[in-house]
Order: sequence, then structure tokens, then C-alpha cells
Amino acid sequence: MSGLAGTGGGAILCRTMNDLPAPIPARFADWFASRGWAPHPHQMDMLAADRRGDHALLIAPTGGGKTLAGFLPSLIDLAENPTEGIHTIYISPLKALAVDIQRNLTLPVEEMGLDIRIETRTGDTPANRRKRQREAPPQILLTTPESLALLIASPDSFDFFASLKRIVVDETHALVGTKRGDHLSLCLARLSAIAPGVKRIGLSATVAWPEALRAYIAPDADPDSVPVIKGGGAKRADIRILDTKERLPWSGHYGLHAVPEIYEEIKKTGTAIVFVNTRAQAELLFQALWHANEDALPIALHHGSLAREQRRKVEAAMAAGSLRAVVATSSLDLGIDWAAVDLVVQVGPPKGVSRLIQRIGRAGHRLDVPSRALLVPCNRFEVLECRCAIDGVDQGTLDGDPPRDGGLDVLAQHIMSLACAAPLRPDEIHAEIVRAEPYRNLDRATFDDVLRFVADGGYALQSYDRWKKLFHTAAGTYEVANPKLAHRHRMNIGTIVEAVTLKVRMRGGGGTLGEIEEYFVTMMEPGDTFVFAGRLLRYEGIKQTAVEVTPARGGDPKVPSYMGGRMPFTTHLSERVREALSDPASWQGLPDQVHEWLRLQQWRSVLPGPDGLLVETFPRGGKEYLVAYSFAGRNAHQTLGMLLTRRMERMGLAPLGFVASDYVIAVWSLHPAKDMESLFDEDMLGDDLEAWMEESSLMRRTFRNVAVIAGLIERRQPGQEKTGRQVTFNSDLIYDVLRRHEPNHVLLRATRADARTGMIDVERLAEFLRRAKQGIRHRRLDRVSPLAVPILLEVGKEAVYGDAEDQLFDELAQELIDEAMHMDPQGGLPL
Amino acid sequence: MSLDSPFPLNGAMLHARSDGALYWPDRETLIVADLHLEKGSAFASATGQMLPPYDSRATLTALRQAMAATRPKRVICLGDSFHDIRAAARLTPQDRDQLVGLTRQCDWVWIAGNHDPAPPADLGGIVLEEVVDGPLVFRHEASPQAGAGEISGHFHPKAAIETRARRLSARCFVEDSRRLILPAFGAYTGGLSVWDTAISGLFPKGFTVHLALRQGVLRVPRSRLRKAA
Repeated sequence: MSGLAGTGGGAILCRTMNDLPAPIPARFADWFASRGWAPHPHQMDMLAADRRGDHALLIAPTGGGKTLAGFLPSLIDLAENPTEGIHTIYISPLKALAVDIQRNLTLPVEEMGLDIRIETRTGDTPANRRKRQREAPPQILLTTPESLALLIASPDSFDFFASLKRIVVDETHALVGTKRGDHLSLCLARLSAIAPGVKRIGLSATVAWPEALRAYIAPDADPDSVPVIKGGGAKRADIRILDTKERLPWSGHYGLHAVPEIYEEIKKTGTAIVFVNTRAQAELLFQALWHANEDALPIALHHGSLAREQRRKVEAAMAAGSLRAVVATSSLDLGIDWAAVDLVVQVGPPKGVSRLIQRIGRAGHRLDVPSRALLVPCNRFEVLECRCAIDGVDQGTLDGDPPRDGGLDVLAQHIMSLACAAPLRPDEIHAEIVRAEPYRNLDRATFDDVLRFVADGGYALQSYDRWKKLFHTAAGTYEVANPKLAHRHRMNIGTIVEAVTLKVRMRGGGGTLGEIEEYFVTMMEPGDTFVFAGRLLRYEGIKQTAVEVTPARGGDPKVPSYMGGRMPFTTHLSERVREALSDPASWQGLPDQVHEWLRLQQWRSVLPGPDGLLVETFPRGGKEYLVAYSFAGRNAHQTLGMLLTRRMERMGLAPLGFVASDYVIAVWSLHPAKDMESLFDEDMLGDDLEAWMEESSLMRRTFRNVAVIAGLIERRQPGQEKTGRQVTFNSDLIYDVLRRHEPNHVLLRATRADARTGMIDVERLAEFLRRAKQGIRHRRLDRVSPLAVPILLEVGKEAVYGDAEDQLFDELAQELIDEAMHMDPQGGLPL
Repeated sequence: MSLDSPFPLNGAMLHARSDGALYWPDRETLIVADLHLEKGSAFASATGQMLPPYDSRATLTALRQAMAATRPKRVICLGDSFHDIRAAARLTPQDRDQLVGLTRQCDWVWIAGNHDPAPPADLGGIVLEEVVDGPLVFRHEASPQAGAGEISGHFHPKAAIETRARRLSARCFVEDSRRLILPAFGAYTGGLSVWDTAISGLFPKGFTVHLALRQGVLRVPRSRLRKAA
């Protein structure tokens, strides 16, 4: 983003001054020339679209001068027709990005001597500056969806945005299909209602569903009203898989076996980013690299739990070129561009083709130089996945799920925001909302349900009449009953419901190292050691909502685990893995160890085919195992596991447990399963699923998020921060009560909709069961097959889902009884 | 695993139930703490958070079921039965009828709590500051000076235990054979960790917890509990 025409300077000159088309004013042309740059064609295309009065969606790879393309029309307009008031609002998913853009935009504006004020407004903006911005708005305001929503929830919003001409949405692909994206779409609809002529510009990385992005940017959800402008060609990429000299692990997800080899690569390279998929992995790998770091190379760590100052320091060092490598999670996926990254190392599987393309786009900043990337699979299945992802990149096939309908919880929050801005007229508001793409199908009855929820909770038992939040006036409008309610609402705006975290602080001063999830802290006793922020720390205790630590030496450290650290495995990539497995001709170029593994599978069992479903059963250690090669992703597999064990219970097979990966599921029981057709019958998605979902702890967690976003439960109250622990506890009880008394309440509908595509992933499970119907091949084996080894190694390591709670309860009860009754059979003698 | 967990307290045999109620078979007495009736409507009126207005109904239903299971001759509510002094007036007619129906079934004692210093007199039952019966004394909040046999509520204790898969957290009974604190029975009542000094300070010689899980009651020695933050 920093590069206006790309930091590659002269190397990317695409036209000479003489070729410049007419619309660029002399002042701008001179400025470009003074830097030895010329505008990219897509920057000129954006300008042309703007002159035609069109909205536009710019799809360009990272580092293509996308941001300037987005702002050029505004800068030229403001240079030619200076105006007061807000002219352009820029929205980015990251605060840091907004700050970065301000820096990079201010420079040319100053050098061209333009009188344009550019300011940021985010959660970090001090109150006095926010106040000043309301009184004297800058012409260009750089902000986040949440800060924009806050501006919209105010009666001033109508004056504030009246002069608005352009909206620039950055990293649109990262917002569409998320709750933040839903929220932003509603805010954009409001901006268009306030300033009907406003033009919208979307900036995006390449995605599998550009039509959906166009519709999202369109002010009336019509994709045809938004022309697509392509920036630059997709950059060529030079991607390798690490052919490790070490023994390739059968299972595991950390890639520590490859640390010496990764270190050698870093030594050979100018600057590298080592991407990993989880924060825990980042910590472990960083530690291991640090031990291997005999040459004391400057290597840093970057992930979302580290303190902001720490992250900024790493980013600055990276930008200054003083680091040789940084180990990072997706906290570096978006936004800030690094001047010169020579190599991207991806440790662990990329989980999707599009994600891999975005990550490797970080390397080889210059458009004419191919990106260099090295993939490091952590186990054998991941070798296949990496191979398939590379094929996907080579063939330019993108993936990712298309966006789903907007959440009703987000809508509820937005309706309250609109009521805080002005009295609501339901007809007008409904018409405004359906212009937002995620809500284009919102029928009036559902809208009215949500409105009623906001007004008085929307319960059949109308006992809250006296305390309505929205007051229905004789004129037919809805008004916020009192200013205190509006104030409380503004404190709770936003759709990011974060896990409760505690600051980590060195005892005796030394500042904050970052934040750690409260859940992890509760598992520690004083004296325990853990790895965090790249250091070995000793847990000392809690002091004033911060975790106190001291430096530790040695010991067996715990590694923080984080919720949601896992990335969803895209359908597209899983298809590719499945096909590759079934076709030995495609194994060319796979490491010998993997080759041998697959050959052995062919010999001992059979390979999963491209269609149907392969199920293996075999005895082992007195139990009966069933392994299904279902390739539907971990979330769908977890759901499948719950449903299979229920069914096996009914069949009298006495199931004992299950474990799921992205590729397969394994269930073990006392008796062998034989009738696969009825075991995998589609009808399990009926009553069984409904019954299980309702009780599922995933549903409870989903409900909690929905309830917080919709405003049923407050995130915080003026002057008092509620801890998330309390919120969790209460929301479970509320969920139970609501489920019992109003199973069709609008919040429960919103919860089910979320769960079906999210953690429970019913859609994908249904797809899998349909496929299974094409034919189940059941192989009865006398022992474990080579392909089943990795999943069996996960048994016991994988966390059991909360819904196996009954099982846990029984185990625990037995354990406690055994402990209580403990009798040493040896009588204490060392026999 | 049975639905309740029996243990002795100052010579009396008591049963901790998975619904959070306590049963004393010798005196055919059912004891519940902290019903917090009409907590939902208290939130709606004070903060605009429109929680489902069914908490009183849910609490009373659970109480009715506990009574049906134990057939007590006497019920003792250990205080904070009503979320605030106007709570009883906010009960829906249906919930009010249900409550009166329950109080008529047997002897009924409302112990006064800090939320309801003066429980309403028109719903049946009698109001007392505390009840002394044989080896046991019942009051709302534990008294640091109390002798053996004290049973109270007020703190809404909860605890967590680590399993091989994850942490199980639930409301719980806390006792040391001399003193017992009951979990809150009300539908929307939050909890306080037993490790909070407000609770653990009352048990200087350690305590045992009876976790009230959906599936049953787990008796957990202190050493097995996780120190919550």
C-alpha cells in the first residue's frame, strides 16, 4: 500500500510522459515525473471511470499502487474544486492501515502543495481530536468500519456527511462475507441515503467471486453498476516445497523438524517472512529458530496477541530493512507493505489457494520480479496439500466461500444506531437496508421482527412494554426512549466480539508484552512456565487484571493456545487433494517418503477415489476403529463425529470417541461397524442434527456472539468493564431459557444461521453425505492402514469438543471415585 | 452417577442436587438459595437490555420439579429470593400464581437477603432472619464467627475442573463439613469463583466442592480444582 506507483521506482515505469492520457492535471503529472514515475494503467482507468461518473472495483495484487488508484480521483477533484467538509471517506479493516495510508498520502499532497487535510479516525483517536473533527472535518477521513458506524449513530451524521463525494473501501475481499462486512454494507447504505450522489470505489485482492464484490460495492446491490478494473497481471510466483532431509513427521502441525533447513534458507536470503497458521506455532517456531540462530541474525516475531508497540517496532524494523526474518501469523496478511521481502516461507499448509497467493504476494515487491516462496509441510498429508495449493496457484484457480446473507444480529445493532441518529420510519429504513447487498433478500416480516427485537426484545410475553427502548410515536416513527439508552448503545457498537484477554507484564516494570487469553491463564499455577512474545516466562500471578511474569530458565513450557487460530480448509483445495491422492500419475515430484507412504497404502488397503467415500475399519488395542476419508474440513468433521457416535450408540456399537482432521475422521468403538450405508445415511441431518445442535456448546458460543452484537448483552457499560467470563456464564443461561420459551426468536434464528455455515458447517457436511451416496467402499483390514496412521496419532492430542461433555463427565466421575478409593495393590512395596 | 451427592455437615446428612438445591431427608426439608426472581425485568428497566422475560418462570419451574422429586414438608429459601424490592410486583400473574401454588404445598420460609430485606408477605410462607434447626443454622450470608452447621447462600459459588479435554465450569456447593454455601438457584444468576477470598476465606482449613453439572453432581476435592484467575 505504501508504494504509490510501487516502491520499485523506475523499474515499473509503464509509460513515458508523452503517453499520459488527457485527464491527469499538470500538477499531478509533474509530481509523477519528478519522482521518475508514471501512473499505472489501472490508475488511469480508475480516473477515467471516475470522470464517467462510475463506481469502480479495482482488483489488483498487493503492491500494485492500488491505494493511489483509489485516491487519485479524490485528490484531483479536490485540487480542481477545493471544498470544505468531508469529501472522501476511506475505510480499512485495520487501524494500522489507515495510519499507514495517511503517511503515504500526506507526502504527495504536501509535495504538490495541495491544500487537503487528511486525518485518521479510529478507536485510538483521542477524544479532543475526534471532537475537533466533528466541528471542522478534514476533506479526507481515513477510518475503520467501527468508527464509521459510531459516526453514523449520531444526529450530527446528516450534516457531517452531507458533502461526501467518494467512499473508498480498502481490502474489500477481507470484509465481504464477514459480520464486519455486513455492518459496513449497512453503513454504506446510510451514507448513500445521506449523500445520494456519492461514488464508491472498492479495492480488492484477486478473489474467486468478483461478481459478489461488485454487488457489495454497488449502492443498490446491482453488480452491473460497478465496472471492474484490473490492476497489473497476477505476479508470477516461484514456489518450492521443502524437500526435507529430515524424517517427515506422520502427524503434528508445528514443523519443528525443518527448523535447521528454514534457518539455512533465511541465511541465504536478504529478508524473509516466515508465515505460520497459529499464534502457538509462531511462538514455538520462533523459539526453535532462536536456538538455531548461531549467527545471531536479527529475527523477530509478529502476531496479533503481542502488544501494539511491540508489533509497531517489528514493522518499523522490517520496513527499515534491519531484519533478516520475521515469524508471523495472519496479522501480517493484510495491509502494510514491506519494502523488500525476498522470500516468503509458509510453514504448515496454506489451507486455501487464494490465501497462499496473498501470502506469497508479500515477496518480491516489484511487479516484474517473481515472488519467491518456500512451503514447509509439517506432516505427510500437508505435503499433498502444499503440492495441490501450488498447482492451484500455477493454474490461477481461486477459492474461498461466496458471501452469505447478512446477519440479523448486525442488522439489529444497526437499526438501533439509525434510531440514535434520527426517528425511524420503518418503510424508509427497510428500503434503505435492502439496497445493501448482504440484505438484498431481507423480507419485510423479518425486518419487522428485528425492529421489534430492538424496540422491546420481541418476546411473545410482552412484559417489557413499560421499558421499551424504542418508543412508537403517533406519527408512526420509532424514537429512542431516552438519551441514556443511546449513550449505552454507542459504547457497544461493533461486531468484533473478542475473547477476554489479560495483559502480560514483567514483574518490576518493563512494560506490557502483549495480551493472552484468560482461558489460558486459568490453566496455570504460579511457577508454571510458558512461551510468549518469543520468551520463556514464569507465571507469578495476577495483579490488577494483568498477568505478572518473570523471565524463566528451562522447564517444560506450556504454549498458549488461542481460539479460532485454525484456518478453514477450502472446498476447492480439498477437492484437489482428493484428486491427487486417487491419481498415482500426479505423484511425480512428491518427496520419496510420501511416495512410499502412498504406495504402501495402495498395497495394504486402497486409495480413496475421486468419488464416493472410502471407509476403513480395523481392530487395534482391543477397540474397533473406523476411518472415513471424507475431506470435508475439520468443522464439518467435528459435526459428523458427533452425529456418527450418536448413531453408533443406537446401533449398539458402543462408540468411545472420535477425532477429526481436515481430511479424515476416525471413530472408535467396542464393536465393529458393518452397515456403512445406514451409518452414513443423509437422514442424520434431520432430527439428530437438530437435537444435537440445540445442545451444542458451539451453539452457545455462537449465541453469545449474536447476543452481544444484537445488544441483548452489553459488552461494557459506561464506567464499568464487564469481564467476558460473566458474559459467557449469563448467555448460556439466557440461551437455555430462550430456547425453551421462544424457540423461534429472531436471535435464535440468527444463531442457527451462523452455526450452519461456521463452526458446525452443515452445508459442507450435507455436500459430503450426498457424495457418500454415490458409493461407499468399505475395506475391512486386520490392522491400521498407512493412510490412517496420521489421524490415529492425533488421538488423545486433539481436544474433544464440548459436546462430548457427557463422555467427559462419566470419565471424570470414575476418575474421582478411583482417586477417592485409591488402594495401592502392591501395598506400597516396590515389587 | 446419581443425581445427588450426599455428605455430612455437623452430623446432619445432606444431599446436594444437580439442580443446585439441597435436600435434608431427616427433616424433609428442601433448601434453595438466591432465586433472584425478576432479574430479567430488573435489567430491562435499568439498562435497556431486554433479556428473555422468562427467568422467573424457569426458576419456579425448576423449583417445582425439585419439590416434586423430594416431596418436602418444608422449603427454606436462603434469601435474595427476589432480585429487588419491587420484583414481586413485577411477577406476571401466571408466575405469581405458580409461586403461591408452591408456597401452599408445605411450610415455607423466606430468609431475608440483601436484595430482599423484606420479602413480600402476601405470597405465602413466613419471613425470618435465620432458622435454627437441630445441628443446623440457615442464614443468607455466612458469618465468619459462626459455629459448625451453618448453611448459607449469597455468594453464588462456582468452580472449574480440568478434564483431559477441556475445563468444565459450573456452579457448586462448597463445604468443609462444618459450613456449607449453596450455589444460586435462579435462572440468570452469575457466579463467583470459589477461589475468590470472599468464599475461600471462609474455609481456612480447605474445602470440598460439589459441582452441579447437568449430568449430575461431582464431588471434587480442593486439590483437583483449577485455580481460577
